[in-house]
Amino acid sequence: MNKIKNFEAFNPDNIENKIESYITHRIENNKIVGSLEEAIKKSGLKDGMTISFHHHFRNGDHIINNVLKTLDRMGYKDLYLASSSLNVCHEPLIEYIKSGVITQIDTSGLRGPLADAISHGIMENPVIFRSHGGRAAAIESGELKIDVAFLGAPSCDPLGNANGYSRDDERANDVICGSLGYAKIDAEFAKKTIILTNHIVSYPNIPFGIPESQVDYIVEVSDIGDPGGIMSGATRFTTNPKELLIALSASKVITNSGLFRDGFSIQFGSGGASLAVAQFLRQPMIDRNYRARFALGGISGSIVDLHEEGLIEKLLDVQSFDLKAANSLKNNRFHQQISSTYYASPMNLGAAVNQLDIVVLSALEVDVNFNVNVLTGADGIIRGAIGGHQDTAAGARLAIVVVPLLRGRIPCVVEKVNTVVTPGKCVDVLVTDYGIAVNPARKKIIKTMKENHIKLIDIKELQNIAITMTGKPKAIEYKEKVVGVVTYRDGSKIDEIHQVVD
Amino acid sequence: MKIIRRSVSGTLESSDIMFQLESSQDGKNHIELDSSVEKQFGDSIRSTINQTLSNFNITNADVSAVDKGALECIIVARLKAAIYHSVSEEDRENKAFKS
Amino acid sequence: MTKLRRTMLFVPGNNTSMVVNAGIYPVDSLMFDLEDSVSLDQKDNVRFVLHEALKTINYQNKELIVRINSLSNGMGQTDLDYLIPLGKVAIRLPKTDSSQDIIDCESYIEKIEKRCGMKVGTTKMMAAIESANGVLNAYSIAHASKRLIGIALGAEDLVTDLHTRRSPGGLELSFARSMILMAARSAGISAIDTVFSDLNDMEGFRSEVEMIKQLGFDGKSIINPRQIETIVEIFSPTEKEIIAALEIVDVMKEAAKMGKGVVSLHGKMVDKPIIERAKRVLETAKVTGQLARIEDEYYE
Repeated sequence: MNKIKNFEAFNPDNIENKIESYITHRIENNKIVGSLEEAIKKSGLKDGMTISFHHHFRNGDHIINNVLKTLDRMGYKDLYLASSSLNVCHEPLIEYIKSGVITQIDTSGLRGPLADAISHGIMENPVIFRSHGGRAAAIESGELKIDVAFLGAPSCDPLGNANGYSRDDERANDVICGSLGYAKIDAEFAKKTIILTNHIVSYPNIPFGIPESQVDYIVEVSDIGDPGGIMSGATRFTTNPKELLIALSASKVITNSGLFRDGFSIQFGSGGASLAVAQFLRQPMIDRNYRARFALGGISGSIVDLHEEGLIEKLLDVQSFDLKAANSLKNNRFHQQISSTYYASPMNLGAAVNQLDIVVLSALEVDVNFNVNVLTGADGIIRGAIGGHQDTAAGARLAIVVVPLLRGRIPCVVEKVNTVVTPGKCVDVLVTDYGIAVNPARKKIIKTMKENHIKLIDIKELQNIAITMTGKPKAIEYKEKVVGVVTYRDGSKIDEIHQVVD
Repeated sequence: MKIIRRSVSGTLESSDIMFQLESSQDGKNHIELDSSVEKQFGDSIRSTINQTLSNFNITNADVSAVDKGALECIIVARLKAAIYHSVSEEDRENKAFKS
Repeated sequence: MTKLRRTMLFVPGNNTSMVVNAGIYPVDSLMFDLEDSVSLDQKDNVRFVLHEALKTINYQNKELIVRINSLSNGMGQTDLDYLIPLGKVAIRLPKTDSSQDIIDCESYIEKIEKRCGMKVGTTKMMAAIESANGVLNAYSIAHASKRLIGIALGAEDLVTDLHTRRSPGGLELSFARSMILMAARSAGISAIDTVFSDLNDMEGFRSEVEMIKQLGFDGKSIINPRQIETIVEIFSPTEKEIIAALEIVDVMKEAAKMGKGVVSLHGKMVDKPIIERAKRVLETAKVTGQLARIEDEYYE
């Protein structure tokens, strides 16, 4: 058997003439192009293709609107917009939907006027909602094929090493976002990747969130986002007594769960009550000399405080919620940015969510079967995002959902949620200001709570208390048209969102 | 009872309702409601307002309300207070206020 | 066993969100206010709010108290007209200068109870000492009615009456606190300390709570749920105290079995005051749930 491969003979004419390159530095052959329009042309983008974005600039994002403006001007139509999430500031997309520039949206969430418009049926095709892990898996498996990724970055060198901050060039930190966790997979799998940056820094821009080997074109723009919108509102230590009560209650569940020991791991969702839980765990950790091995997820300032105090050893950061978190990523050795695949992909057995002991999540509403809705409001209109909810609830050993029983006159513990996003099978404990309910399937947790004298209440009783206080709400009226498909992290359809009647 | 003067009660805070009450021109009750939970509770709130007006035998009320998710007991309380300040001294002695 | 009154949460009547949600907090008593926290033009309105809320909302077995307006101008009487028939609340007088204030209020309450067909004596009362006269008359005030469940200190008005102001450590209130406590113990009712209004000074708050606990007070008025935990912690017997109390009770039982009258434990004589204190510790521990926890841990 002839196993020897045929090789071509080496030809010295195939390599660059080094005498000439001694004078002109190779770095001049870089990826920077003159304009966004030029980058788009070079990328080979055509009508009907899929474009992608990350949401690390949250409500201060200027990338998506600006790119769409240019695409519209260039006459593009029928584009598939796959963003890791969308926010209130993306209202201008309504125009591009109406004019046919965008005909399909794939996202973790929708908010504000854009969400309202879609809930009222302006799109022909239903929006596809995915969790962060679900999106990662869809991209990896090829189910979601990205043609061109447009990724905003606070710092980027001429060859494409892009990052959410700069460790050595402070000028690039005027608009900072910290982790680029959700952008990494786009850069890896997109056919073409365009970096939009407001700061070209010198090579090599390390540490990088996105390596240059995954980048095709770079465009320098004056404006990538508004720092106030990027880092606002995510974390304030709540002083709301109701949220503090719920947080204290949740912290008692944690310290009495049997999972609270030296080396535990935890994730705190965003939302006043879930973040406040971190504050209430601090003293018990100090008293018992426990350190958390790692905290995961969206990382905020209060978690960084615990890390810097030595109470949490390592931080795995897929999204930096505030300036403190972004600066910690920049300065702390054991604060690492991770991709959404690493974080939560269901295709990845070693995903960080599977290593998690405890996750504390918020919700819009929960039903008596422990199903959770984080997408649609009590009026049936889209107003949230799946985020990592499905992934963390499935992966963590103990998934705790914290929610006030009522929000004004809206009951948050209901008979049936408007939209099932996270299935009850994954939810272990519900903590409200009127009591703690454990999923009846979790006999061991119930036993442990009882042994530790934690008072429990039946979730049906909670729902009853809620409805007694508010009165029975009128059922929301929907039309036939499906405006949103809610996928579970494995790509299956878990629920549908219908157009509201108004 | 008759509404004889204009009155205002309640606040625009969350979980509260603000009422403006005055006598109507046509001798009939009118309700104008702006509620943050119109879809779910709008009908129920209007029904509560009508029932309360009826308990006081009022047929000439122009009711204007801005609701921020008040529970029913608060709606009744704020409306009763508005009525109390819209009727005569004599009518204020009526048992219906304390029921 | 007198009811636990460690924490009494002030709920301003015009805050509908707080009025509706107050039942969630782990306090012993809720004090809905119709008086100082409500402006004059809102008194009628808040009266209706409290009337409707107290009628319909389930406050989860807490003691419900309402601070009414003064009876001197008729407002207090109207407050009582609306609240007494509900049969759910105790009445806190706004300012008690003498036993006559208690007697006058009681007589009006009695009229209403009779009119409504309620059992006379159903409605309990609480006195509030906010003036020099009130302090000096504390004894007769505390004994003025069988309906009284407690006597509270209102420091802000008192220090004004005394021509001074509040200070950390509360030197200016020491006499008033002691008088109120003596009066309360003499009449067998609760002694409740005044509010601490600086929510950001948790250290100062803790010192004040420790001080009044040492004086013998039963509890404190609070203005925010954040103040609950510190009070409950300081007013709860420690694990050590509970175990010691259990030991004493055990030893007494043994002694009684063997017909012995006097007993010693760890070299000390166990006499009546020690036994009284031990019993009180265990009664409190029972109510707080600590006793069940300790019995679980130590008595398999």
